[in-house]
This record gives sequence, structure tokens and C-alpha cells, in this order.
Amino acid sequence: MSKWSTLTDGFVKNNPTFVLVLGMCPTLATTTSAMNGLEMGLATLFVLVLSNIVISLLAPLVPDKVHIPVYIVVIATFVTVLQFIMQAYTPDAYKTLGLFIPLIVVNCIVLGRAEAFANKHGVLESLLDGIGVGLGFTVSLTVIGIVREILGSGSVFGWKFISGDGILAFVMAPGAFLVLGYLMVLFNKYLKKS
Amino acid sequence: MEYIIIIVSAIFVNNIVLSQFLGICPFLGVSNKLSTATGMSGAVCFVITLATLVTYLLNQYLLVPFGLEFLQTIAFILVIAALVQMVEIVLKKISPSLYQALGIFLPLITTNCAVLGVAITVVTKDFTFGAESHMLNLGQAIVYAVATSIGYGLAMVLFAGLREHLALNEVPKSFRGLPIALITVGILALAFLGFSGIV
Amino acid sequence: MAAKSNLKNMALCLSLVCLICSAVLALVYAVTAEPIKAAEQKALVESINQVLPDGGELSDVATAEFGGQKFDYYVSTADGVPAAYAVKSTTVGFGGPLTLMVGVLPDGTVYNTSVLSHSETPGLGAKCNTDEKFMSQWKGLGADKVIKVTKDGGDIDAITASTITSRAYSLAVSNAVAFVKSIAKAGEE
Repeated sequence: MSKWSTLTDGFVKNNPTFVLVLGMCPTLATTTSAMNGLEMGLATLFVLVLSNIVISLLAPLVPDKVHIPVYIVVIATFVTVLQFIMQAYTPDAYKTLGLFIPLIVVNCIVLGRAEAFANKHGVLESLLDGIGVGLGFTVSLTVIGIVREILGSGSVFGWKFISGDGILAFVMAPGAFLVLGYLMVLFNKYLKKS
Repeated sequence: MEYIIIIVSAIFVNNIVLSQFLGICPFLGVSNKLSTATGMSGAVCFVITLATLVTYLLNQYLLVPFGLEFLQTIAFILVIAALVQMVEIVLKKISPSLYQALGIFLPLITTNCAVLGVAITVVTKDFTFGAESHMLNLGQAIVYAVATSIGYGLAMVLFAGLREHLALNEVPKSFRGLPIALITVGILALAFLGFSGIV
Repeated sequence: MAAKSNLKNMALCLSLVCLICSAVLALVYAVTAEPIKAAEQKALVESINQVLPDGGELSDVATAEFGGQKFDYYVSTADGVPAAYAVKSTTVGFGGPLTLMVGVLPDGTVYNTSVLSHSETPGLGAKCNTDEKFMSQWKGLGADKVIKVTKDGGDIDAITASTITSRAYSLAVSNAVAFVKSIAKAGEE
């Protein structure tokens, strides 16, 4: 497996949102706007890359029976570090993302990649995998966020192109499910190779 | 009276799945059969309630008094992981058939955002209630946890019922499986939006 | 391959990892504690400055009770005399609690209001902090005005189709005004 494919697999072949269907909770909850989706994706990317690196380093030293709790503690540490950093330096994003920042701990993508990849590969590959899947996640979330923001608020990244509101259901709960469902259909039809 | 508000709010108005987006992965994964959905809801209900009780007490009597709040995320998730492990062991003894049916999804309750989500929400000082901003006391926290799980179970059972019917229908190829399930949930969520404003 | 899974290794590994992680967290916590406090303070001061007249010295937060509710408030003094009060007022809105920062002059005039947090419906009640017409009527609202929506016989224009949010907003403001009047009077005595 070449390094390049490790990096790019995260976008289509192993796209966490549309193919692996992991990390659904933040996907639905934080994509009310393009910016929010982007912020959430980047936050997850941060944790994913760091935890992949550390876990790939630790894996040979960890007894098999405790590996899940150990990985979880490592991930939780990075999530808490992220929490403090965001609270201190990006307070607006911290407030917007709210509960979903600590919930990155149980984001199946992070633990999933640790289990499926990082504990079996070297540090460099794990780093690339983290970046690839993390960026794939970020792009997916941003795309969903863009769609929901256009339909729901008539704006993109805050730049409004209609006056007044859009179809508000899209920035609320139902919109999340509907947009994700329809985008998945498009992804299946046009991007998935099988 | 406050308890009624907590209960109605947690089950209908702010339904954990359809409104707060927590617990989606198992929600989508286990809901294709009504019987597994019911079993899963029961297991999740038990874990959420027990986890909330333990983490609340842990936070109240260990983390806060010793200024260790920065360890909250780690401590909570470890407690949840341990509890799920215990539930697995107990379930294997009491009901091996349910244990088999739930399969991989049972250990996955550890990563169910609903469990950690409820645990954190309940100890967050900003949980405003009526006009007073205060932290829930233990009794309210337990009621909230139980009510939330009931809401989770309700959403799951409703959805599983819908999915069983969906499986019998002709669905276009690109829609099959998850996409049509998501669209269905979206419509279900639309229906639940109607509850907002009750409390 | 991974280390052997005997009890000693497992316990050692888990404890060591927990210990190291806790140490790392304690370190990061110590480093970021100041910036976090500074960021929170900045946000608070900004929200207060929005609702108070310029100049004047801002006091620290104080808490007092009025009408069965606790209020956090700040006093802005000019020349040693209280010139204005910023009160944090919470009521129940449509979708959840509605928290406002209300700037009130000692005579009961509302200087300005700002929304600290809300859970109102986007496009309806959520307009309470974006709708120009709704927001501007709070600026300099005279002490003689009745702080209720017109539907309830008052002088406040509600947001279209968001009576409940508007009522909650009005209640939060009128609570704050009543509170300020009571402490201003108490200060005089």
C-alpha cells in the first residue's frame, strides 16, 4: 500500500461519512452551516492524527486485553487538550460546537482508525491515514454544511445571497437527516466504484 | 412538577436521537429488526441510567472537590467502558440469546455518544431550568437519564417498525439501505419537531 | 507484537498510561487556564459594554435576590455614583431558557439589551438578536413604558409569529428593571 494511496483513500474509498458511515452524530449535529462543519472536521482531524501517531507508537507495548481502555484514555487526553486549546483561543467555535467537542472521544472514526489501522502500521503511515481520513471527514462535513446552509439560510460561509431566511427545516434536525440521505444517494450513484 | 417537565422534554421535545443527534450509529445499525431494536434500547437505557448515576457522584464527590475537573472526559469514559464490560458479562449469564442477537453492538455502547452525552450534560453547570440556572440534583439527573433512554427507545422502536416495512418495498438502487433510512428518519424528525414549544 | 496479556502487564500498562495522560492534561490545563479565563472575561465585558453607556467604572459581579430570583449584576460608576447597572436576566423562552444582559439606568430606563444565550426557533424566535426593528426598540426604553407585548396591553412590538419568545424577552427585561429599581432604592436608603 503506497503512502499516497494511504493519504487519498480517506476521501472516496474510505470516506468516513459516506462509505464507512462512522461519526454520524457530529455529522448531523454540527453541519448547520459550512463554517461549523469545517470547524468540527478540523477539530476531529486534530485528535485523529495525534491519536493515530501515539497509538501506533504504543501498540507493541500494550497487552491485548487492555488495548481498548488504553486507546480510549489516549484519545480522551487529546480531546481534553483540544477542549482547553479551543476554550482559550477559539471561544466562539468552542461555544458553537459545544457538547460535540468532548464527544469526539466516542467518535467511532477515531477509535475505529486506531483499531483498524494505527495499531498495525508504522508512525508515518498512521499519520498519513489520520490526515487522509480526517480530511475526508472534514470535506464531507463541509459539503453537507454548505448544502444545509444554502438551503436553510440562503448563505455560504456566512455570505448571504438572499435576504431573509431559506427553508429553515434544513438547519434544524430533519434537514440533517434528509441532506445526508440524499447526498449519500449521489455519492453512491456517482462516486462509489462498486 | 419539574420532573414532569424533565420527562416530557427529554422524551418528546428534545428527543435524544431525533433532536440532539446522539446515539445515531447504533440507531441506524440495530434498527432493522424490531426485536433487536427493543433489546438494544433496554441495554442502552440501563447503561445510560447507571452511567449517569456513577459519573454524577464521581464528579460531585471526587472531581470537583479536588479540582480535578480537567480529568472529567477521561474519567467519565473509563467509567462507561467499565460499566459496559460489566453489562456484557451479566447479560451473557442472564440472557445468552439477547447477548448473541446484539452481537458487536453491545460493546459498542461504550462509544454510543448518547451515554457520554447524557453524562456530560447532566453535570454541566449551564443546565438551565425554568428561570434558574443551576445544576441538576441527583434525583433530577436520574429522572433525566431514564426519560432520555425512554425517548431513545421510543425513537428506535418507531424507526425499526418503519424499516421493517421499508424492507418490503421497492426502493431505487442508489437509495437502498442507509440513504432511504436516513430520509425516513428525517421525516420522523420533522414529525417530532411538532413537539417543540410544549415545555 | 503486543505485550503479554497477564494481569501484571495489564494493570501496569493501564495505570502507567492513565498516569502519564493525567500529567499531560494537568500541564496543558495549567498552561491554558489563564488564556481561558481571559477569553471568558473578554466575552463577558463585551456583552456588558454593549448594554451600558460609555465611560464609568465597572464593578465586579455581585449577586442579589429579588422576587424569588437570583440576579448577577454589575454596576458602572461615574464619579463614585452608580450610573448604570448591567443585569443578567433569565426567563423561559419557547425552546429553552432565554438569557439576556440588560443595561438599566437607576431611574428604570433601559439603556440597551443583548442576548447572551437562547434556544429559540431559527427564523422565528431566534430573530430576537438579529431583527433590527425588535432590537432597536429596547434602546433607551423609557421608564414610563409598559414592558409587555402589545397583545398583553404593553408597548413592545413583538416579533412576527413569535409571541412567546417576545413575551419571554419582555419578561426578562421587566424583571431586570424591577430588580434595578429595588437595589437603586436600597442604595439610596
